[in-house]
Amino acid sequence: MEVRVANVRKEFERFPALHDVSLDIKSGELIALLGPSGSGKTTLLRLIAGLERPTKGKIFFGEEDASQKSIQERNVGFVFQHYALFRHMTVADNIGFGLKVRHGPTRPSAQEIRRRASELLDLVQLSGLEKRYPAQLSGGQRQRVALARAMAIEPAVLLLDEPFGALDAQVRRELRRWLREIHDATGHTTVFVTHDQEEALELADRVVVMSQGSIEQVGTADEIYDTPNSPFVYGFIGESSALPVKVEDGQVWIADRPIGLSAPHAPQGEATLFFRPHDVELVDECNGCIAGTVAASRRVAGTRRVELEIGGERQRVEIELPVNHPAAQKSRVAFRPRRWKLFPTA
Amino acid sequence: MADPEIKSYAPRQESLSAAVTESRPAKAVLMIVSFAFLGIFLLLPLIVVFNEAFAKGLSDYTEALTSPDTRSAIYLTLLVAAISVPLNIVFGVSAAWAIAKFEFKGKAFLTTLIDLPFSVSPVISGLVYVLLFGAQGLLGAWLKAHGIVILFAVPGIVLATIFVTFPFVARELIPLMQEQGNGDEEAALSLGANGWQAFWYVTLPNVKWGLLYGVLLCNARAMGEFGAVSVVSGHIRGLTNTMPLHVEILYNEYNAAAAFAVASLLAGLALVTLVLKTLLEMRYGAEIAATRGH
Repeated sequence: MEVRVANVRKEFERFPALHDVSLDIKSGELIALLGPSGSGKTTLLRLIAGLERPTKGKIFFGEEDASQKSIQERNVGFVFQHYALFRHMTVADNIGFGLKVRHGPTRPSAQEIRRRASELLDLVQLSGLEKRYPAQLSGGQRQRVALARAMAIEPAVLLLDEPFGALDAQVRRELRRWLREIHDATGHTTVFVTHDQEEALELADRVVVMSQGSIEQVGTADEIYDTPNSPFVYGFIGESSALPVKVEDGQVWIADRPIGLSAPHAPQGEATLFFRPHDVELVDECNGCIAGTVAASRRVAGTRRVELEIGGERQRVEIELPVNHPAAQKSRVAFRPRRWKLFPTA
Repeated sequence: MADPEIKSYAPRQESLSAAVTESRPAKAVLMIVSFAFLGIFLLLPLIVVFNEAFAKGLSDYTEALTSPDTRSAIYLTLLVAAISVPLNIVFGVSAAWAIAKFEFKGKAFLTTLIDLPFSVSPVISGLVYVLLFGAQGLLGAWLKAHGIVILFAVPGIVLATIFVTFPFVARELIPLMQEQGNGDEEAALSLGANGWQAFWYVTLPNVKWGLLYGVLLCNARAMGEFGAVSVVSGHIRGLTNTMPLHVEILYNEYNAAAAFAVASLLAGLALVTLVLKTLLEMRYGAEIAATRGH
């Protein structure tokens, strides 16, 4: 099912949580809403589900306007951050709940509900645990029961709120891979919320980066990482270093020296230069480069990170060096970013 | 992919650290004081009640309990509890639901109001009804004109009992529901349940032990209430006397054995309530909100 969010605004007691957000979700897509807390990602998810109503704007499921439909009518599978399993029901009853509460002819027989529940338990690899209660399951198992329960109603869209947020790191990674497999096997249109960029970039077909109630960028993991379109995305996704610079005559300047980067199309004036610490090239002869003194150095796994003080302003930037690179010990290092981007200073 | 980390969920035993435990003599003194206090003020009277009740032998005891006036008092007490407890369940669940699950203006006011019967003397609550429904009262003339009798009759007793007992269920459920939040209900709705199904299949089972606990306390108070009922009842023998009032009348008539016989029934009710309450706390302590001490 395609989902289209059109110019949605949401206010909570006059406090705006989302400003004019639009998003097209393709059928069968696995999409991540990524952002820091307070960015509005969970609000957007709850709006799609129908747990909240938009203050302005519309939400379409396929061609149909779903904005005024109740959550029951929307037929969405929602997996809550803390699972919200019914603690007094067995695993099988939890999974069958959505079928049991149906009315009239759409309600399957008790036997059919049992059969569906055990089928879904197979899918989430928990067969044999039908009679357990949620309190007798581990966090990872509860999460999988919650997903099975949401899928039991054959939802038009599957929505997951921080699905792995409450799990420890190893279980997270396992479940992440497993969720991708389930998605590929069932083909549900799936939207999940996360604040973990690694999770979003690894798992999702497309990532929606959000900040302060707005969408900053939508794209594949590669697009988001390689061509961030705003200082926020540059800073939020992956590691980045930033330097205040000046653009003049199509050249990038730090103080009174050009640094060997040409920017013929950038507007004149103050700007911020962004680059990735690992994406730099060290140079020996500095005619057009960024040069600085090593202020701090630390070992990070297979590389070394050095903090450089640049120019008279003593701006600090971080770059990555090979562990055995002599520059790591030298007090002065010159480099040029390989890939970089300029954002005019507002 | 098997999950290796199936944890056991045994309740954690809180161990006291050595630093906060007292010396042996201090411990002994504290325990003796507590037990002596409880023994003199609680246990001794209870023994006296049963002792006096059976002072003239078993036949007098059963005779006292089967006299028409006593039987009518027992019947009335059961009737009042049977009306006021279900009403308070409805009221308590509604109020707790509203306070815990919705945001609305006047919520703090409602919460305070629920506690009012605890802070007001029961006699006052009785007097309020007299002022309201009595012959010279605000609604007295209108009621008389329409032939409705509230005061010095069963309706008045029921009203006074409801007033005195309505916090029990609500106070028990509010913190419990607040702690549980809306998550389970939202999950039920997202799975297609309507509001009633969500309440019946999800909310109610989640609070059932807390509810039972509240009902138990509510019932004990409903049957044992003296002050408010005394004001509105009129003490008409065989008609508007509940068990506590009947005990007083018998006692004032120097019929100690009969008075204590009826009192022993009330004491028995208290003991049963205590046992059930303890059982509930032992078994479902975690599910009953931390609002002990009514």
